[in-house]
Amino acid sequence: MTKKRTGVFVCHCGTNIAATVDVAKVAREMSGEDTVAFTKEYVYMCSEPGQESVVQAIKDNKLDSIVVTCCSPNLHEKTFRDNAKRAGINNFTCEIANIREQCSWVHSDKAKGTEKAIKISRSVVRRVNRNQSLDTIAVSVTRRAMVIGGGVAGIQAALDIANAGVEVVLVEKQATIGGRMLQLSETFPTLDCSQCVLSPKMVEVKRHPKVKLMTYSEVQEVTGSVGNFRVKILKKPTFVDPDKCKLCDDCTAVCPVVVPNEYEINLTTRRAIYIPYAQSIPASYTLDESTCLGLNPVVCGKCKDVCEAEAINYDMRPETVTEDVGAIVVATGFDLYDQANMQELGGGKIEDVLDGLQFERLCSASGATQGHILRPSDHKEPKNVVFIQCVGSRDPAKHCAYCSKICCMYTAKHAQLYKHHVPDGRAYVFYIDIRSGGKGYEEFVQRTMEDNDTLYLRGRVSKLYRHDGKVRVLGTDTLSGQNVEIDADMVVLALAMVPSKGTTEIAKVLKIGRDKDGFLAEAHPKLRPVESVTGGIYLAGAAQAPKDIPETVAQAGAAAAKVIALLSQATLSRSPLIAKVRRSHCTGCGMCVDACPFIAIRLENGKAVVNEALCEGCGSCAATCLRAAIDVKNVTQLQIYEMIEACLTV
Amino acid sequence: MSEQQVYEPRIVAFLCKWCSSAGSDLAGVSRIQYPPNATPITVPCTGAISPMYIMSAFNKGADGVLVSGCHIGDCHYIEGNFLARRKMKLIMELIEFIGVEPNRFRMSWVSAAEGAKFAQVITDFVDDLKPLGPQDKLKKAELT
Repeated sequence: MTKKRTGVFVCHCGTNIAATVDVAKVAREMSGEDTVAFTKEYVYMCSEPGQESVVQAIKDNKLDSIVVTCCSPNLHEKTFRDNAKRAGINNFTCEIANIREQCSWVHSDKAKGTEKAIKISRSVVRRVNRNQSLDTIAVSVTRRAMVIGGGVAGIQAALDIANAGVEVVLVEKQATIGGRMLQLSETFPTLDCSQCVLSPKMVEVKRHPKVKLMTYSEVQEVTGSVGNFRVKILKKPTFVDPDKCKLCDDCTAVCPVVVPNEYEINLTTRRAIYIPYAQSIPASYTLDESTCLGLNPVVCGKCKDVCEAEAINYDMRPETVTEDVGAIVVATGFDLYDQANMQELGGGKIEDVLDGLQFERLCSASGATQGHILRPSDHKEPKNVVFIQCVGSRDPAKHCAYCSKICCMYTAKHAQLYKHHVPDGRAYVFYIDIRSGGKGYEEFVQRTMEDNDTLYLRGRVSKLYRHDGKVRVLGTDTLSGQNVEIDADMVVLALAMVPSKGTTEIAKVLKIGRDKDGFLAEAHPKLRPVESVTGGIYLAGAAQAPKDIPETVAQAGAAAAKVIALLSQATLSRSPLIAKVRRSHCTGCGMCVDACPFIAIRLENGKAVVNEALCEGCGSCAATCLRAAIDVKNVTQLQIYEMIEACLTV
Repeated sequence: MSEQQVYEPRIVAFLCKWCSSAGSDLAGVSRIQYPPNATPITVPCTGAISPMYIMSAFNKGADGVLVSGCHIGDCHYIEGNFLARRKMKLIMELIEFIGVEPNRFRMSWVSAAEGAKFAQVITDFVDDLKPLGPQDKLKKAELT
């Protein structure tokens, strides 16, 4: 091997690095390395002149490899690899030494910080010494997409992708699409009816020739990678043929099973055979297998007997469907924080204490009370209602640390809706701050306070309990310094939004990261807000963070744009950093075959062979091989040993 | 070691690219301070860490070795951290058998969202290593 000519470029990052790392010393130390032919330090290496100087230095000094010691490779690895390519050398001979996130930002002692930065830089210089020139692997792209979750985010993403001419599979777990938005009564700040806005979109997505809608279905397994995913979906049986069902409702009239209606947040009941909402898409009934007496004409069979359209079929079975897609949008939405955690507020056990979604269903014309706000306990109109904000949110000690973002607005909306339904009623709102950033939002809150005569009390509620047929609210008004005691007819809690149960499950299936609160993690908080860390998987809606409808729709559109951009490429380039077998060393023991999580290695004539299309480059094989006969390109064992040495050299 | 010079343990920290390295980046972005004793080496997956790397690090004079990856069940490569966990358990038993304090080797699970946890892991490790003093059991004698 001829000796490498490596260039080392040390970035000051303004003072981000230079304040705690002696950059000149790092450059000096690196120039002492055997393979380093050139060093340079510069204030902002990623700036235009910085990048130009890298290209120029490669050309002028006939460098064959470069190390840029700067920020995390997640930020600028691509930038500098592109520059390497521009200067005429292979982009895989460029590596990044992270001396910012992993060094200068987390240490304050300059001498020690500099010493660590030198170790990091030296280890990467030694690694690059053995880097090979590699070419990316071109792979074909499956020009289809999948959207998981059929709420407003999923519907919007599916429509946007389909309208670009790309076929979309929309998978929804529930019996209808529409998600949380379909449960809402009116929306802030315009008070337009939620269903009126959403229903046309639901119908459009159902009828769209490019959309394949799969409701009552769950994603079970995802294999493959960006451009070529294979998804296994479990299609649960509804036992009703949607093409034959005439929505006559005869079946529910005879069904003897009564269970809480989860679509009405348990405010009312449904039968074992039911339709979630009048606007459900697909417009068909569903027979809930878990509560039905037995799907057996001998046991019950009343619904089948009464169905004149002969739409009911007890012999339907779960089906597993496989779909090949190139990209996936995850839009699995939110749940509300569990009231059971709020013991001081009754833990969900006090009558007439509702959560925000239940109040939406009370206000909704299609809801449990046909749009009349009535107390669940006695079906009377509540004459005063207490709304409590920040329930379970902004409480790092006991509950969720984050601000749930939309509760200030929907509480203001609830107060207005209540006053519109019960003009002589009294509405109280307990709040910590009012956060009403958004177009028309602040004005909306002001309207609630002034035109709708709602009393805003700044303070927290310490306790709720049943007292004399009412709910006693003990709270504090911190502006007047007084304790407040209200006997309320009804209390509505603005519970924090948390990632839905389905979001937690799908994150495991897709192997995408979640943040500390359990929401899906974006690849970069500012520059890649709709991408997951895994290529080809995008995020939309409240599964990523609490957000309102306009933001959700915007994010769904952004995710769709990313999908369209990805799928409009004829081929994708795959990382060439995959395993390679040294045949002379391989004894055909097969341990790597067992270690590979991707079934990418097989034995052929007594030697291991890597399937380049399947290998993801994890290196499990390399760490298992007793003879160092298999290695991941550019992360070879020899390279790691030399990096270890560099880390321990003073 | 002279009295003025305080003993600072030298740590090699093997971090998986997807979780712990990203977690250390988050610690950086959040400016959470921790001791500079650990030098990171980023690998694709903890499953890619050969037990030989650990021994090699001790052999070259590391006072402590850290392996940090994705939480069990969250591995980007499906099951790499399961493989790592099995191997690292063996390493722990092996070094104890040869008389190296088992505390000199540590494994942790730090996700990309756990910057504060990453800083804590390093801080705790340094604190635990300090009373042990330099590791010389496995250190190759200096050739003169």
